[in-house]
Amino acid sequence: MSSKADILNKIKQNQPAFITNLPDLNLLSSENPDVLSTYKTVLKNIGGDPVEVANYAEIIEYIKSNYNLEKRLITTIPELSEIAALDWTNDDPHSLQDVELNVIKAHFGVAENSALWVTDDVLGQRVSPFIAQYLAIIVHKKDIIATMHQAYERIGNQEYGFGTFIAGPSKTADIEQSLVLGAHGARGLIVFLLD
Amino acid sequence: MSSEKVIPHSEAATRFNKDVERVNWHDETLWFVREKRDKSAHQIPDWELLRETASQIKNNVLSNIHDYLIEFEANAQKNGIIVHWAADAKEHNEIVHSIMAKHDVKQMVKSKSMLTEECHLNDYLAEKGIEVIDSDLGEYIVQLRKEPPSHIVLPAIHLKKEDVSETFHEHLGTQKGNIDPQYLTESARLSLRNTFLTRKVALTGVNFAIAETGEIVVCTNEGNADMGAHLADVHIACMGFEKLIPQRKHLGIFLRLLARSATGQPITTFSSHFKKPRDGKEIHIVIVDNGRSTQLGREDFRNSLKCIRCGACMNTCPVYRRSGGHSYHNAVAGPIGSILAPNLDMSKNADLPFASTLCGSCTNVCPVKIDIHDQLYKWRQVLVKEGHTPKAKTVAMKTMATVLANPTIFNIAGKSGRFVMKNIPGLVNNKMNKWYDQREMPEVPEESFREWYKKNSREAKAKDNE
Ligand code: SF4
Repeated sequence: MSSKADILNKIKQNQPAFITNLPDLNLLSSENPDVLSTYKTVLKNIGGDPVEVANYAEIIEYIKSNYNLEKRLITTIPELSEIAALDWTNDDPHSLQDVELNVIKAHFGVAENSALWVTDDVLGQRVSPFIAQYLAIIVHKKDIIATMHQAYERIGNQEYGFGTFIAGPSKTADIEQSLVLGAHGARGLIVFLLD
Repeated sequence: MSSEKVIPHSEAATRFNKDVERVNWHDETLWFVREKRDKSAHQIPDWELLRETASQIKNNVLSNIHDYLIEFEANAQKNGIIVHWAADAKEHNEIVHSIMAKHDVKQMVKSKSMLTEECHLNDYLAEKGIEVIDSDLGEYIVQLRKEPPSHIVLPAIHLKKEDVSETFHEHLGTQKGNIDPQYLTESARLSLRNTFLTRKVALTGVNFAIAETGEIVVCTNEGNADMGAHLADVHIACMGFEKLIPQRKHLGIFLRLLARSATGQPITTFSSHFKKPRDGKEIHIVIVDNGRSTQLGREDFRNSLKCIRCGACMNTCPVYRRSGGHSYHNAVAGPIGSILAPNLDMSKNADLPFASTLCGSCTNVCPVKIDIHDQLYKWRQVLVKEGHTPKAKTVAMKTMATVLANPTIFNIAGKSGRFVMKNIPGLVNNKMNKWYDQREMPEVPEESFREWYKKNSREAKAKDNE
């Protein structure tokens, strides 16, 4: 533990003598009159698919007609129990490796970058949005806000063990800058925008 | 490490420049990324205010980092995270190894961390019989090729798909000659998925650490940090102490700036906040100094610790784009790497601050407003003073200083220079003249500016008097 004392001592000696004040974050504007359409445009630009729905019945219909129900579908949302399993949240996370589609809910979405805020209480398991082949996230339209400043105002002092912003499907451009969706995580992301 | 023989930047760049087509391609690819950054930045009306705000937050961090570190450690521990302190690369590596040894684990999956590159962790663990697999696709590719990453955000930016195809054919058994990026990525996905599912220890870097809450944030597009960390029993996160920011709400500023500056994306796909370990699992954070506290004390170079590792300064740098990341012989290449490297080892890295045109493009794009080109200029002076400059440069500079300081010699030198270049061009357009490397010598004007000015100012005066 002597390194800690040494490092801290040296830092104390070497840091500037006067403490510079923190800036006022309120100077940055967070206006956007049309958050929903911005959200959809940005999401499409980064490879995700926005789908507007009126209720859970429409979500179920959409999933039935677009995914193979024979494969393993999981969710944390009781309203979707007809098409996806709910009883996996205490399993070994490794056992989720064969999941085809995972449907979860986000606390809110951010228009400027289409990111969705999720924390462990809506994830079931931390690895769930990463390990599934495809991911669907439900967010209420009224919960789309303009910028990241509002996002952190909204998060405030929220308690969580793990939280993440998800913006689009997993991707890489490491081979000659060609964009490929589905690097290690989900190959596709559907965002259900719920009335 | 200073005894290691390094190839100086100019020499390595000369080799890189032999393949003209490839250099042009490298140049254009990076410029394309730089243009994406511009488009993205222009879409944010508050961009300049954002940069200024980020810069001010970082100034506050640097002036108060001692207290923030104590606050961060206390909060992280309250969250159930185990915190370690490493004075240098060696101690960092030993700490990581001791955690592996404690759990009796011989394999690790790693997500991108330039700090572990800086500390040469992979080599160290290999010697201890531990297998490390880098899981970021670009890092995975260069690791298979036994090369270091050539860029902090785009580790394999120097490679063409043909190179990747060859490498994967050899190591993963992909079809020979199949250069489809989709196919190649899919093969890596399958291979790495197996790795994620079988590793008990995952190591990640840290993009931001928050003093107020004791949490860390890791940003990736691929989701590899999360696949590793959420499937392993032990998550080790390594960070330089400058990664601290005061409060959670400050992430709003940095997350808006980071990806836009790096690749032009509005945000990385995943911005993961790790606050507490899963039940029964462990999170370790290793806080590393390795020369940073020394740099903090160098007033002229202190600002380099504000860097959030977006890579924008490299993408825009005309020298980086045409010399390649490997020519910088340092974990962090490009303009910012050239400021950080001499702090680590002055004699080994004395060439790097000279690998710049000082055009200021880096400073203009830097999201935290580091005065990069000014610092490069200042390093040159420090290095010259401390006697670290290459010989040829020292002689040339001394001569230049004498000439510039003496108007008469300057005049004569100018005249004879113009005479020589005009009448015996071979005398300057040759291998002996370092300035002629990569450059055409300019056309010689009929008269010098001085002569022109003398004449014209007289004429101008005469005109005024009319
Ligand atoms: S110095 Fe600035 S531009 Fe360069 S990597 Fe760091 S933050 Fe980005």
